[in-house]
Amino acid sequence: MMLRRVVAMFDERSGASPFVVKTLRYLFPDHWSFLLGEVALYSFLVLVGTGTYLALFFDPSLAHVTYQGVYGPLRGAEMSQAYKSAIDISFAYKGGLLIRQTHHWAADVFVAAIVMHVMRVFFTGAFRKPRELTWVVGMLILVTTLLEGYVGYSMVDDLLSGMGLAIGYGVALSLPVIGGNLALGLWGSPYPGDHTFESRMFIAHVFIFPVIIGLLLGLHLTLVAARHHAQFRRMRRQTNQRLVGVPTFPGQAPRSLGLLFAVAAVLFLLGGLVQINPIWQWGPYEVALGTNGAQPDWYLGWLIGALRLMPGFDVTIGDYTLVPNPFWGGVLFPTIVIGLMLVWPWVERRITGDRRVHNLLDRPRDAPVRTAFGAAFLLWVVLVFFAGSADRLYVFLRISYTSMTWIYRVATFALPLAVFFVVLTICRELQRSDALEADREAAEEEGERALRAASPQPLTPGTERATAERP
Amino acid sequence: MPRAQLARIVALAVLASGLATATAVAQPPVGIVRPDPDKAARMSPLQLGAQLFAGNCSTCHGGSGFGIAPAEGRRGVGDVAGAGPPLRGVGALAADFYLRTGYMPLGKPSEQPQRSRTLLHDNEIKALTAYVASLGKGPPIPSVHPAQGDLGRGRELFTEHCAGCHQVMAQGGVVTGARVPPLQNATPTQVAEAVRIGPYLMPSFSKHQISDAELQDIVRYVQWTKSPSDRGGWGISNLGPFPEGLVTWFIAAVVLVGTCVLIGKRVRS
Ligand code: HEC
Ligand code: HEC
Repeated sequence: MMLRRVVAMFDERSGASPFVVKTLRYLFPDHWSFLLGEVALYSFLVLVGTGTYLALFFDPSLAHVTYQGVYGPLRGAEMSQAYKSAIDISFAYKGGLLIRQTHHWAADVFVAAIVMHVMRVFFTGAFRKPRELTWVVGMLILVTTLLEGYVGYSMVDDLLSGMGLAIGYGVALSLPVIGGNLALGLWGSPYPGDHTFESRMFIAHVFIFPVIIGLLLGLHLTLVAARHHAQFRRMRRQTNQRLVGVPTFPGQAPRSLGLLFAVAAVLFLLGGLVQINPIWQWGPYEVALGTNGAQPDWYLGWLIGALRLMPGFDVTIGDYTLVPNPFWGGVLFPTIVIGLMLVWPWVERRITGDRRVHNLLDRPRDAPVRTAFGAAFLLWVVLVFFAGSADRLYVFLRISYTSMTWIYRVATFALPLAVFFVVLTICRELQRSDALEADREAAEEEGERALRAASPQPLTPGTERATAERP
Repeated sequence: MPRAQLARIVALAVLASGLATATAVAQPPVGIVRPDPDKAARMSPLQLGAQLFAGNCSTCHGGSGFGIAPAEGRRGVGDVAGAGPPLRGVGALAADFYLRTGYMPLGKPSEQPQRSRTLLHDNEIKALTAYVASLGKGPPIPSVHPAQGDLGRGRELFTEHCAGCHQVMAQGGVVTGARVPPLQNATPTQVAEAVRIGPYLMPSFSKHQISDAELQDIVRYVQWTKSPSDRGGWGISNLGPFPEGLVTWFIAAVVLVGTCVLIGKRVRS
């Protein structure tokens, strides 16, 4: 009774009940791969939660201090206030290290979940009309996330972040014509920049990028809901017009809530048990310092790979370097990768001439060319990604570093090409055997039906074909 | 169960190829030529050292440690002029380091010396070291007491002088022309020796650049990196983003996809 009154009170004042009912009745088609996007969403929630806690203690200042805190091996070291506050978060505040590590793992997992989600969407053709905008917004989320992550670990001012920023500065500088002014504008003064750069990174990381990601996410989900989920066709009832799935309540909501808890559990377990970015071991950054084997977080590994694979050449006009080398790996490569993915829905429309609405998903084999292209493209990026860690392979396995570089340079072109044709053939074979299977089933059904109908009468010529082989 | 069988075969193949490369890598450079044991027992250490040197080292380092000049214009490994550099004056310090790390005797003069199981017995190493030391006046084996070093200063010095090649947690790396070894297997004495020698492409550091006291700090730090304070939990080999990415994909992503598959099953009413 009481509850009813409260609900009525809210409804009278908001008029929300039609909307709420609609939400609760919204249908989710059943398939595990549809949950990958939710994993990303929940990682983002964990990121915002842990990030808020960290922002309370992180001090984005490059003021010089001498460390006198609890961590012995750093005592007496000169460092920036920013780095010191990150060390203090790790050692001096309650739960600080747990939250810091969980935040970092959540970032790594967030991007991984996005990548898996994008793969699902791509290989099932979910980006087709009427969902192209959802796809584009999703790609923008991915790009913003990469920047957000980069700025996040860069503002800590430890040895690795300093080296990463030096590379970032080089890449910014490499942009033809505008590079010099852009880099100066962002950094405030030539590398390592002035103290405003640190606070700029901070504002970008805790405000600008998260807000952009949040807004894009809202838009993404609104677009998904507006056109409803696409679905695999696993039952006759599922058609381009009719959606079959479980309602938000009581079907999907508990399941989704369970997933939220699972994601949070995995992230906090990692944060508590597995060490990530131990900045106290890297030490504070100074311009003259560096370490061998410095790497960015995994989701930027493909850029380092590209920078390393690219043979060293610049485009020069006389004495003037128009396009410095970092441009190829650091700007051109990601632009091609992201750009291709952005426009793919339209490219595919051009190729296939298919402008219809698609609410039914493809299985990868149903669109051999798309699947083959996707596999090849993925392999291309993954190979470049692995090239970025060739130095570690050299230390572990002693495979010569220069020969590895050359192997990668060849492999990044040859292997995707090979994979394209292999996957194409596999898909076509699968399609053929599917068609055969369908033919057989249809024939058997037809035969049985004929047998049933005709049992008292002699066989008619029309049914002989399907029943001839039956004993 | 053809699928399980297939998986087992693949696993075996991977294991076998892994072992094959591992053994290929771990192969000792060459066998040791020794005087016969009865005679050896009657020799003085210096005599034994001379015998061993003649049998195992002189092909590269020359009959009495003068070194061997290269064929015209060619330079040996580590930019050393010749098949092997002269050993007069390198002292017990260098001999001790190169022999106890298993760097010497080298297999091929064109190869980077690598840490390997040394085939020489302890008394033979001592004899060879004494012999090499007797060739000319040179530095003795240093004595270091890592416990007396200052860890914080060691960290700073290591980051400044060594991390660019050896990685900040001494996990090794790559420089043009050389594999930089991780320092997990280096003893305190070997670290001190290496800094003064500068084996292969590593620069040598004089007492002006790194004083004996500072060297002790560095040694303390290198010792510490063998079991650093992994306050955050499992240290995943202190390499940073590389193993972190592996954990993200091979643990977190696998577990979460598994969760999705589990709870994404069709709900039956
Ligand atoms: C220019 C790069 C470079 C720098 C700088 C450098 N090293 Fe090395 N170091 C090497 C290389 C290369 C080797 C391998 C030598 C060989 O294989 O003969 C090595 C070998 C060693 C070894 C022997 C390790 C083993 O187990 O085989 C030790 C110990 C060592 N270095 C310590 C140091 C210390 C301490 C510093 C700083 C004071 C330092 N190194 C600076 C490149 C460097
Ligand atoms: C295949 C040729 C070869 C053989 C055999 C060999 N060496 Fe060497 N040795 C070298 C080369 C090349 C270097 C230079 C390595 C470097 O720069 O790290 C070297 C370096 C050394 C050094 C360091 C010299 C310095 O300047 O500090 C010592 C000591 C040494 N060898 C001792 C020995 C002893 C003792 C033996 C015999 C057990 C031996 N070597 C056998 C090639 C050889």
